[in-house]
Amino acid sequence: MSNRILQKSEPFLLLVFAMLAAMLLFAMFVAVLGQSPLAVYQLLYEGGFGSAFAWQNTLLRASPLILTGLAVAIPAQAGMVMIGGEGVLALGALLGAIAGLMLDGLPPLMVQSGILLAGMFAGACWSGISGWLRNYRGVNETISSLLLSYIGIALLNHFVEGPLKDPASLNKPSTRPLADSYMIGNLPGMDVHYGLLIGVVCALVAWLLLKYTTVGFSLRIVGGNPRAAMMAGLRVNRWIVLAAAAGGAAAGLAGAIEVAAVQGAASASVISGYGYAGILVAFLARQNPLAVIPVAILIGGINAAGGMLQRRLEMPDASVLVLQGIVFVLVLGSDTLRGRLFSKMEVPAGNVAMPVLTEGAK
Amino acid sequence: MTDAASGLGWWGVPLAVLAGAIRVSTPFLLVSLGECITEKSGRINLGLEGVLIMGAMSGYGASLASGSPWLGVLAAGAVGALLGLLHGILCSLRRVNDIAIGIAIMLFGTGLAFFLGKPLVQPQAPMLTSLPLGFWSDMPQVQSALQINPLFLIGVALAVVLHFAFRYTRWGLQLRIVGDSEMAAKALGYQVIPVRIFATIVGGFLAGVGGAFLSLYYPGSWNEGLSSGQGIIAVALVIFARWEPMRCLWASLLFGGAGALGPALQAAGFSGGYYLFNAAPYVLTLVILIATCAPNQKLSGAPGELSLVR
Amino acid sequence: MKNSKFSSDRRKFLKSAGAIAAISAVGMPYMRNAMAADKLTVGAIYVGARNDYGYNQSHAQAVDFIRRMPGIKVVDEEKVPETIAVQKSMEAMIQQDGAKLIFATSFGYFNPHVLKMAEKYPDVRFAHCGGLWTEGKDPMNVGSFFGYIDECEYLNGVVAAHVTKSKKLGFIAAKPIPQVLRNINSFTLGAQSVNPAITTTVIFTGDWSMPVKEAEAANGLIDQGCDVLTCHVDGPKVIIETAEKRGVYSCGYHANQASLAPKGYLTGAEWDWATPYKMLVEATEAGKPMINFLRGGLKEGFVKMSPYGKAVPAKARKVADGIKSKMLKGDYVIFKGPIKDNTGKIVIEAGKSHGQQDVALEQMNYLVAGVVGKI
Repeated sequence: MSNRILQKSEPFLLLVFAMLAAMLLFAMFVAVLGQSPLAVYQLLYEGGFGSAFAWQNTLLRASPLILTGLAVAIPAQAGMVMIGGEGVLALGALLGAIAGLMLDGLPPLMVQSGILLAGMFAGACWSGISGWLRNYRGVNETISSLLLSYIGIALLNHFVEGPLKDPASLNKPSTRPLADSYMIGNLPGMDVHYGLLIGVVCALVAWLLLKYTTVGFSLRIVGGNPRAAMMAGLRVNRWIVLAAAAGGAAAGLAGAIEVAAVQGAASASVISGYGYAGILVAFLARQNPLAVIPVAILIGGINAAGGMLQRRLEMPDASVLVLQGIVFVLVLGSDTLRGRLFSKMEVPAGNVAMPVLTEGAK
Repeated sequence: MTDAASGLGWWGVPLAVLAGAIRVSTPFLLVSLGECITEKSGRINLGLEGVLIMGAMSGYGASLASGSPWLGVLAAGAVGALLGLLHGILCSLRRVNDIAIGIAIMLFGTGLAFFLGKPLVQPQAPMLTSLPLGFWSDMPQVQSALQINPLFLIGVALAVVLHFAFRYTRWGLQLRIVGDSEMAAKALGYQVIPVRIFATIVGGFLAGVGGAFLSLYYPGSWNEGLSSGQGIIAVALVIFARWEPMRCLWASLLFGGAGALGPALQAAGFSGGYYLFNAAPYVLTLVILIATCAPNQKLSGAPGELSLVR
Repeated sequence: MKNSKFSSDRRKFLKSAGAIAAISAVGMPYMRNAMAADKLTVGAIYVGARNDYGYNQSHAQAVDFIRRMPGIKVVDEEKVPETIAVQKSMEAMIQQDGAKLIFATSFGYFNPHVLKMAEKYPDVRFAHCGGLWTEGKDPMNVGSFFGYIDECEYLNGVVAAHVTKSKKLGFIAAKPIPQVLRNINSFTLGAQSVNPAITTTVIFTGDWSMPVKEAEAANGLIDQGCDVLTCHVDGPKVIIETAEKRGVYSCGYHANQASLAPKGYLTGAEWDWATPYKMLVEATEAGKPMINFLRGGLKEGFVKMSPYGKAVPAKARKVADGIKSKMLKGDYVIFKGPIKDNTGKIVIEAGKSHGQQDVALEQMNYLVAGVVGKI
């Protein structure tokens, strides 16, 4: 075994160590509460990953998180911390539902594409505002995305309970429902809708673009050092707005999929925390679009298994929140050991995957 | 409907906005002052939402157990300080990112508070009392609006103290130098990491107390919907206030007052589009931000070492 | 790299699974499950926290009641959002726990989630709270149950009318949906049956649990002179406490909140879900057909009133008890024409009346005259 192999596998080993440590801590927490840690972990495994059903459950819960994770990870490439995915998703759902109703009568594939494109468009515009404000008005994008998120949620609520309400929706105010034939179906042979595939493809495309084209390079320069970027002839402004809009498109797409594959109409039910969970996913994935996929699956699996803990051990829903919290603290804290695990050799400081985290503020 | 005998009619709206500004703003004020101290040292703690919720839960629990709401406030502050310490230490490790750890703390604090707070939803804990500063008026509405909690006054006083302390005291200077340039601070012989950890602990303490205000005074109850993002909004308000304690005070009052607008308008009989009126604080903050920010320019007053602002 | 992480987790879990199997003689929880083969497994899903001292708790109490019934095993999950998550929770209860009857207690679960699962699992029964099951359209293994809590709201209104001095009542509600509007209207009609000049000011907070906004709304209403408050939100605790603190009267909702307001608590509208839960469970056990449309009020024991507080004068008790005894006989009609809405339009014509079972009432989309507010 050469040093190089060890060094290459280091990030992965670190992750495993951090996860093991987190599980040990959570086991202690569980034991203090009088439950058997072994039983808890056995159920977590069974509920999240222990059977074909569990896997499909996990993947279904993961699929919106891949997209909302990208909504944070893509702008992060250009050095932006955007935390407004929840409201962007809401508007994507709203506009997607409107598009679905306007295109009524066309062939299903066209209607579905229209819904998804409308969702992406809404998300790109809403999130693009944050990018634009940052460039042209110097408004911090973290605040503006947060404020815009609350405003987006208010707009969704206003429209589904007001002008766009279907009178037949009674106690669950919603837009008029899509016809069944327009709903996005399941992947062949699975009980998982196409939203998963769309999310995975988006993550792959984002990863390839960022890794193998000049897009990623430009974004990283823009995020790391705007002045250098300007000197290199890059239109910094354009890149910033583009990155914000691309992230918004991902969250908007998640909203549109929620309408077209799950809910069948836009309603307040789409505001269920996917956008906030996306922030967690992106940070645990170190803003790497490819890593967003397994992290989303991990979170999806823990959430799926949380039901198992409630049903079998009568533990409260917050148990999995505690587990996730411990995992996050330890995994993100384990960053400190990067490059120090096996040798004194330093890994180059500027890790490409996390421009925010390394080049940062100066 | 026209106003009946004892109602205030439309006059109720400005009164409610004023009263709401005082009642609702305190958690924003305390959290944002705490975060202001933390950020001045060059660190950002996005986790104050989790700290606030943990503070609300533990403050309520401590008040219930001890019978003294002020002990509850102290307990909330102590728990907040502990979470601040955790954030401070983790972020002092090399390569560890403060924004990411903040998000982890937000999740951890929220989860733990929800988990441990389950038995606290139903019982009634002793509440903080307020000072009846409206004694001079015969109108019950005014009397009620001027029922002011000491924590609000403490917050206001703290804003003033910090305003001067940042400028004119030795530790204020030290804090600012540590936050502006690590190299300069080291050259001056200041200990960068202890200062930052201490600033994060203080920030956590104040956020915990802000949480206790929610659970022990207004609205005065513990449940899982208690915070609707007050902690994270308060962090945003610090940037909005350009790291100026006095501006944190104005921003919190503005935000609290705007939040009272929606319910007050409905109480006065104007009830169309309430979602949009309820979004007023966010719209107003955004509009002010857009109006006051200068294009292509770093935010004035931003600590140089702060990772969130470039 | 990421895939290998999962397979490593998997190996680790398999190992611990083996360890568990070795010591399972102690009686691990999942063994309990395996032994429960001939018991009827019932699932229950709540949208909020099981112990929210409000709507979800009222259901959890009924679930605890059926948990104690012999031959019944209960599994439940709290804080399940109205997304794919609830579909998967129901499915997991069926596949992993063998549930044969599932209580889905949030309105938003019905369409599409419950309907979709009901089609997929025709031999499982789905009891949904609040929905409007429609013959010929919805699957036969689905049933909707609900309580006519507006009867209690009407009595709340009658009692409130006797104690109000300003003749202004306040109502804090989450969203203007039919169930909520029916409560607001019944409360107002009850008060107007005592004094037609009484008005109710309504504030919509926009969501089911927003404690700060609810407290603001309560203060706003009191500042406008309202001296009796009631509400329709998930957890009424904050509103009842604020009313007590400001020295005005309150009527409770979902559960008995008398202990929160010893001075000002008049009475309250409470759920008694154990009645419908028991009926649905017994029908399943006996193999009788699914009860597709189950409703009940005071008479059927689906809802009940909190005991009167000490602020309620004898006259109010007498009048309210008089109406209540008619309701208990089942011959009291709340929505009797002519009724105008608060824009002046006639919504129920003279001579026409809607009995409690009339589903037209479940599609209510107006506020009656005397309610200050807009939907």
